[in-house]
Parts: sequence; C-alpha cells; structure tokens
Amino acid sequence: MAEIQLKALAHSYSDTPTGPDDYAIRQLDHVWHKGGAYALLGPSGCGKSTMLNIISGLIQPSEGDVLFDGKRVNELSPRDRNIAQVFQFPVVYDSMTVYENLAFPLKNNKVSASRIKARVREIAEVLEIEDKLYKKAKNLTADEKQKVSMGRGLVREDVSAILFDEPLTVIDPQLKWKLRRKLKQIHEQFDITMVYVTHDQLEASTFADKIAVMYGGQIVQFGTPTELFEAPNHTFVGYFIGSPGMNIVEVERCSGGVCFDSTVLPLEPWQVAILTRMQSNNLKIGIRPEFIEISPIPSDDTFEAQVLDVEDLGTYKNVTVQLGEQELKVRQNEEFEANISSRIHLSFPKQWLMLYVDEFLVQEQQ
Amino acid sequence: MDKIPDNRAWWLVLPVFLLVAFSALIPLMTVVNYSVQDIFGPGQAFYVGTEWFKEVLTDERLQDSLMRQFAFSGAVLLIQIPLGIGVALMMPKSGIKGSLCLILVAIPLLIPWNVVGTIWQVFARGDIGLFGWAINQIGIDYNYTGDTVDAWLTVLLMDVWHWTPLVALLCYSGLRAIPEAFYQAAEIDRASKWAVFRYIQLPRLKSVLIIAVLLRFMDSFMIYIEPFVLTGGGPGSSTTFLSQTLTTMAIGQFDLGRAAAFSLIYFLIVLVISWLFFTAITQADKEK
Repeated sequence: MAEIQLKALAHSYSDTPTGPDDYAIRQLDHVWHKGGAYALLGPSGCGKSTMLNIISGLIQPSEGDVLFDGKRVNELSPRDRNIAQVFQFPVVYDSMTVYENLAFPLKNNKVSASRIKARVREIAEVLEIEDKLYKKAKNLTADEKQKVSMGRGLVREDVSAILFDEPLTVIDPQLKWKLRRKLKQIHEQFDITMVYVTHDQLEASTFADKIAVMYGGQIVQFGTPTELFEAPNHTFVGYFIGSPGMNIVEVERCSGGVCFDSTVLPLEPWQVAILTRMQSNNLKIGIRPEFIEISPIPSDDTFEAQVLDVEDLGTYKNVTVQLGEQELKVRQNEEFEANISSRIHLSFPKQWLMLYVDEFLVQEQQ
Repeated sequence: MDKIPDNRAWWLVLPVFLLVAFSALIPLMTVVNYSVQDIFGPGQAFYVGTEWFKEVLTDERLQDSLMRQFAFSGAVLLIQIPLGIGVALMMPKSGIKGSLCLILVAIPLLIPWNVVGTIWQVFARGDIGLFGWAINQIGIDYNYTGDTVDAWLTVLLMDVWHWTPLVALLCYSGLRAIPEAFYQAAEIDRASKWAVFRYIQLPRLKSVLIIAVLLRFMDSFMIYIEPFVLTGGGPGSSTTFLSQTLTTMAIGQFDLGRAAAFSLIYFLIVLVISWLFFTAITQADKEK
C-alpha cells in the first residue's frame, strides 16, 4: 500500500505540444491517500485513462512527478511499482486455465504454492467463479473473462494500489451492481488503495468514498458524493453529476445580485461582495433541480414561469419550466400535478444558489 | 424460397472440374498408369500389376535415401523453427528499422533455387569461396566435396540460410497481431520475459507455426535443386535425397514404371506425414 502523489503532472501524446489542446492532462496536483477507495469520474476523452496509466507506469508523463510514499517513481516500470491494474476489456491468458490465470501474478512474485492455492480459492469465491477454475480461459464468456481479469488484479496481497479502468463496461447490469459491492467489500476487508475510473456517476458514488471529477485534462473537484452534489466546484461538475444535471444560467451583475432576462436574483451579501471584486464577465448561476421550489400562488420572492413539460419517471417527476428565455429543470415528487403551459411560481432558496465566475464556484472565505 | 430442380446447373461446375482434372487428376492418373506397367519403348508396354511397388519398397538404395530424407527434414525443422521464432522476436516492432529488417530478412527468399545452390557451391569452396577458405584458414579441415559430414552441414546451412526467413516472417506477422493490452497486462502481472514468451507469444503464434512447420516439412522433404547443384548428391550418395534418387531413376535410367510407383509412394508419405502433423497440433488444442 502506498500514498500516491501527483506533482505538477502534465502529459501530451504529441512529442512537440504547441498549445493546451495538445495535452491530455494539464498541470495537475493530486494526492491519493493510503487505503482509500477513490473514483475518477469524467466523460470520455477527459484524460482519466491517461492518468491511470501514468500512475501504473504504462505511460511516462511528459512533465511532473509521480511519487509513491514520497519517492519519485517516474522511471520505474509497472513491475517495479508493484501495482495492479484491471483494464476496460478483459485480458486473459487463453492457453491457461482460470486457476492458472489467477495464480500467474502470484507465481511471478514467487509466492509459496500453498499460499497461491489458498489465495486463488479466496478470490475465486469472492468473484463466484470457483466452479470454473479448471476451465480453459479462452472458453469463458466475456463477463467471466472480465472477472478473471479482475481476479488477477485482486489476487496479490502486497500491491501499492489497485487501479480499475472502467472494469465493468462489458458486464451486464445486474452483475455490475453485484461486482461493485464486491469491490467495496474487498476494499473494506483488505484496506488497499483503489482508484476506479468510470464515466458513470452512480458507479463512482457506490464504490468510492471520494470522487475526483476530471474535465478537460484537469481534476475540477475532489470530494465526497455529497459535496459534489451540493456544492459543485465547477459548472461541469454541476452539469455532469445529478440526474438531471444542475441548471446553469448565464447572468449579469445587478445591484444586490445577478440578473438574466428580466429576472433579478438577490444573492447573499458575501457573494455580492466577492462579485464586485471580480473582473470577469463570465458569470453563471447554478441551482440543482432538486432545490427549486414550486408553489401555485405567488409571493415576494417567487418568479412566474410556464410549465413546458412533465416527465413521470416513476419515483419522481422532471418538470421543465420556462422562466423568461431560460428553460429550467425542476425535480418534484410523484404528487406534483400541473398542466402543460400552465403558470406556476418558482422560488430559489439562497443557500442553494451557486455563483460561478469563469466556470469555477465562488466560495465563502472563512 | 422454392428450389427449382434443374440438372443443367451441373454445367456450371464444369470449369472447375476441367481445371482440377488438368492440374491434378490427369497427371496423377498418368503416373498411376505408368506404375503398373513395364515400358520398354513406344508401344512396348506390359502390365505388371503391383510388381513395381513391391520392388520399390524393398529397394535398399531407396530405403537409405528415405532415411536420409527424414534425417534432413527433421534437422531442418529442429533448427529453422526455433531460429525463425528467435529472429522474429528480435526484429524491431515498427518504423524504418522494422521495414529495413523485413527487406533484409526476406532477401534469401527471393533468390531462385538453383542460384542458391550455385552461390553456396562457390561460397563454400576451400580455394576460392570466402566461407570455405575462412574455415580452412582458422585451422578446421573442411571440404564439402570430399567429406560426408561437411557436405551434410553445408547442405543444412544452405537450407537454413534460404528458408529460416520464411519462418521468421510468418512468426513476425503473428507477433504483430498480438494486442498491446496483453503485454501491458503481463507487465502489470510482473511476468518475466520467459513467461511472456511462454504464455502470451507462443500460444498466439500457434496458427502461424502450424503453417510454418507444414511448409518447411513439405518443402524440405521434396528438396531437389539446391543439393543437386551444390553437391550433386555426393560424396558417394551421402546427400542424395529422395527426389534426386527419383529423378535419376526416371530420367537417367528411364525406368518409368519403377519411378512412377516410387512417386506414388513418395506422394503418400508426404500426405500422411502432413496430415499427422496437422492433426496432432490441432488436436492438442482441444480441451480435455
């Protein structure tokens, strides 16, 4: 087990990068603490896999350092970093049986025969492939193969960390849920640092204690699922996390707050204070669909809007409303009833109004 | 869809039938025809039944030749297959270096067989050949025209030089087809170089190796021109392989009936051994 630190890390696949667009990872600092269960969440092409391969040593970063427990390991191969990694698509050694596949990393590490036997059994049991141990790996189905791939990552006891690169892509949904729980259990049982790359927020939040959201080659927020939900640090996090994502509206400065179209939103005094100090005109307001309140009657702090659409998703309803020129999503419970194009009144609780300047959240200074 | 029975469709098979007939069946049947007759000249042929076959099978000269042939093919496979794999493993994976290596390795394959024989005949000579001269200069008595062992080694060396590139090229293509992910997984699993070869590369080379072994076996078993040009089958008959014995019999002695019977047996041996090879290798693949 090790603490993994990334220092001023940047990576470009081009030999002669000319601008920021040539970088898959742009200048980031990050620490993965010992024994944590982390998820690396982001859309395709945001640099998640690149980062994972840099940690494991399959890729050499073009700039910056990778430190394991404070020691620079940039030049070390994955072999010497003693790291386990599970890839997106199953890799099994087809000429071997399932047992031999699982025993392979242990054999390479010169683990004693009796220990190998015990360990392979243990992992096979966890992954529920005990009955397939003596089958040739090439005759397995895709999800069995992926289990074997995962097993090879989990079987070693002394690893610095286990990295998962979207390991459940090829697995069908029911099993996915189960395996995710298994990984979580394995983490609790063995207390190994695990980093799990995914583009699925649900997968990330069920597996990880803390999630790093990546966007455009940078980690834009690192926090618990609750933090990501309640105070997204970047407009992208707001948009990416949650279903539906955060409502994000471009706004302008107004006295006592911000405004868009003819709507004036008053803000907290500290937000206004910070706003007056900022130069940028790239201002946005974000609010979660869950936090917008709808009432049938107007009051001082409500805004009149029109219902455009109501989607019933079984356990809740997604209401699309139009306020001025803006379309907003509001999440309501099952009891909510409204006719299309009827008028309703929205209110925005101040504590849930997030102000973004240059796409980043403005936070209260302590 | 309803099927319409129309026997005229058989005409469509005719071109293929004719092609196969002219390329394989008719020549083969001519040989079968010769093998059961004793032919003295035009119009003077007598039916002799299986006599030629009996005679050929008990002919000591032919048996010796057959043993030599097996020894030669065995040696060829034992040397060329591992060597070819080794060369393929050492070749650069890509880039200009890779391309240059490919060309360099492929050159021997482009040289006509009798030229290969001539090259080595001169190259290995003790007086004017660079190779033979150099060997003699470092104090080893070497003379492929007089010494049986030297003659054998020279023929083998020539064949290794000529045909190992084929095995190497086949293996090279096989190696290039292995996805990078396997090497990455092996690196993560801390596999040694040997383990990578044994468990990743070798299993995935299997199909090209089957082809390589079959091709090299068949070709080496039918080798004719190169040793004929190099040693003429000598000294004595020490490098006279089956096809040379056959040619001498058919064209030199004009012993057509015997030669035909011999050809058929020769053909059967190649067929049976290739089949055995193929079945053995593919059977081993199936799960117990």
